[in-house]
Amino acid sequence: MPLTAEPPAATSAPPGADGPETLRVVPVRHPWRWAAVAVTAVLLAQFVHGLATNPAWEWAVFAQYVTAPAVLHAVGTTLRLTAYGTALGFALGIVLAFLRLSASPFLRAVAHGYVWVFRSVPLIVQLLFWFNLAYLYRRIDLGVPFGPGFFSFPTTDLVGAMGAAVLGLALHQAAYAAEIVRGGVLAVDAGQREAAAALGIPRLRQLRRIVLPQAMRAIAPNAANEVISLFKGTSIVSVMAIGELFYQVQVIYGRTGRVVPLLMVATVWYLLLTGALSVLQHHVERHFAKGATR
Amino acid sequence: MSPQPAMVEVRAVHKSFGPLDVLKGVDLRVAAGEVTVVIGPSGSGKSTLLRTLNHLEKVDSGTVAVDGTLIGYRRSGDRLYELREREILRQRTRIGFVFQDFHLFPHLTVVENLTEAPVSALGRSRKAATATALALLDRVGLADKADAYPRQLSGGQQQRVAIARALALEPKLLLFDEPTSALDPELVGEVLDVIKDLARRGTTMIVVTHEIGFAREVADTVVFMADGRIVEQGPPGQLLDAPREARTRAFLAKVL
Repeated sequence: MPLTAEPPAATSAPPGADGPETLRVVPVRHPWRWAAVAVTAVLLAQFVHGLATNPAWEWAVFAQYVTAPAVLHAVGTTLRLTAYGTALGFALGIVLAFLRLSASPFLRAVAHGYVWVFRSVPLIVQLLFWFNLAYLYRRIDLGVPFGPGFFSFPTTDLVGAMGAAVLGLALHQAAYAAEIVRGGVLAVDAGQREAAAALGIPRLRQLRRIVLPQAMRAIAPNAANEVISLFKGTSIVSVMAIGELFYQVQVIYGRTGRVVPLLMVATVWYLLLTGALSVLQHHVERHFAKGATR
Repeated sequence: MSPQPAMVEVRAVHKSFGPLDVLKGVDLRVAAGEVTVVIGPSGSGKSTLLRTLNHLEKVDSGTVAVDGTLIGYRRSGDRLYELREREILRQRTRIGFVFQDFHLFPHLTVVENLTEAPVSALGRSRKAATATALALLDRVGLADKADAYPRQLSGGQQQRVAIARALALEPKLLLFDEPTSALDPELVGEVLDVIKDLARRGTTMIVVTHEIGFAREVADTVVFMADGRIVEQGPPGQLLDAPREARTRAFLAKVL
């Protein structure tokens, strides 16, 4: 069939001579889309079949350990590390974000330097530093800077392994959180701040009630990414022999030799909890979308 | 000279943005209860002048006083000390400001937009602030929109909410920065009607606008600005129909 039709002869019937109501709309067909669906479905079925039938997965062992008390306790530790890391990390991140937005070049530079250092040093290197803090500073003194100290603690009492882990995760997280919060605040129209100032609304209230709720629209998706990334990042803490999820399954497979089913135990927990965090993210985003649509 | 005491007293105000001189020595006196309309070409400094009146813009030199109080500074001998932010914020609660682009808070409902400043800046109870807010919404004809979000409203409705928001603080002075410039033509009238109603109630207002017809109808004094200076001012009948200055005549010939 030629691509360009001959001009219709003057005598031929106009299209739809029977009346437009008799014309049926035929949607365009997508045969390749159906082919792709078929191929994907076959591959997926193969994968699931393999999971179910390959005895090497040892599902019986998986079932034995997935809700074992030691594993549940380790899941709790992982969640605690995530919660503390997120809370402290974002608290410090918010402070750093406002330092970077400050009018003082010195404060801006310090915050910028912090973000540079803590984004540059790999988390695992940093965690080992904190773990060895007692080697660098044997005692921690509270008192006048460069002057006499009033209270003094042995470092190992103050910063145990768990403390070092939380500190490392939080400081690492703060660098990323600072950038996310700063981006969110910059995304709010300057007119909002100006309108709040023109109404005489006190400064902290301007931030808390006017700027931050609007910034949260830009902050929430990125923050959720960070929390999920931190949640998995807690597995790095296993190098410090803290009984979080990944460390615990390593201990168990070290004893039993059942590596694959125990890795699967950890995987399933990570999947489930990330899923739960995603649901939470959805609700948080919906909350801060108030008034965003007509 | 007007017999009433001056609500606004601007003296020798200079302001520059980098190398650009925006205000080159402006003097202005507005009596209490009067409506002053400021007209002039773009870039003449009208909006900047308005923004110095509530210290959204700092002046480089000169003074601004509202209701007998210096704005943004405290005078001691021959020096002006800039006020702390908290004190400036308190001064602003007495001066309502309506922006060209409304700047309503989109994540708060209409009534929350109106109660936020009375509650947080003046310490009113939420209940009292809500009652005032609903009365003001009724006055601007939007009583049924109290629980809507700003983006659900038309531009004209949003600007009427913004005016009600400024009124919620019961200011002594209302400033309007081109309140109808961001509106579709058919929505301009409803906003001007609200401003006219305020004028009839004796509210002291300064309105920067391009609506010459509105100036003629409502203004007690029309001020013509060009190139960072006040070129001339007078009652609308004189300034709009028999301007003394050539600059004014040239401007009016273009916009009328």
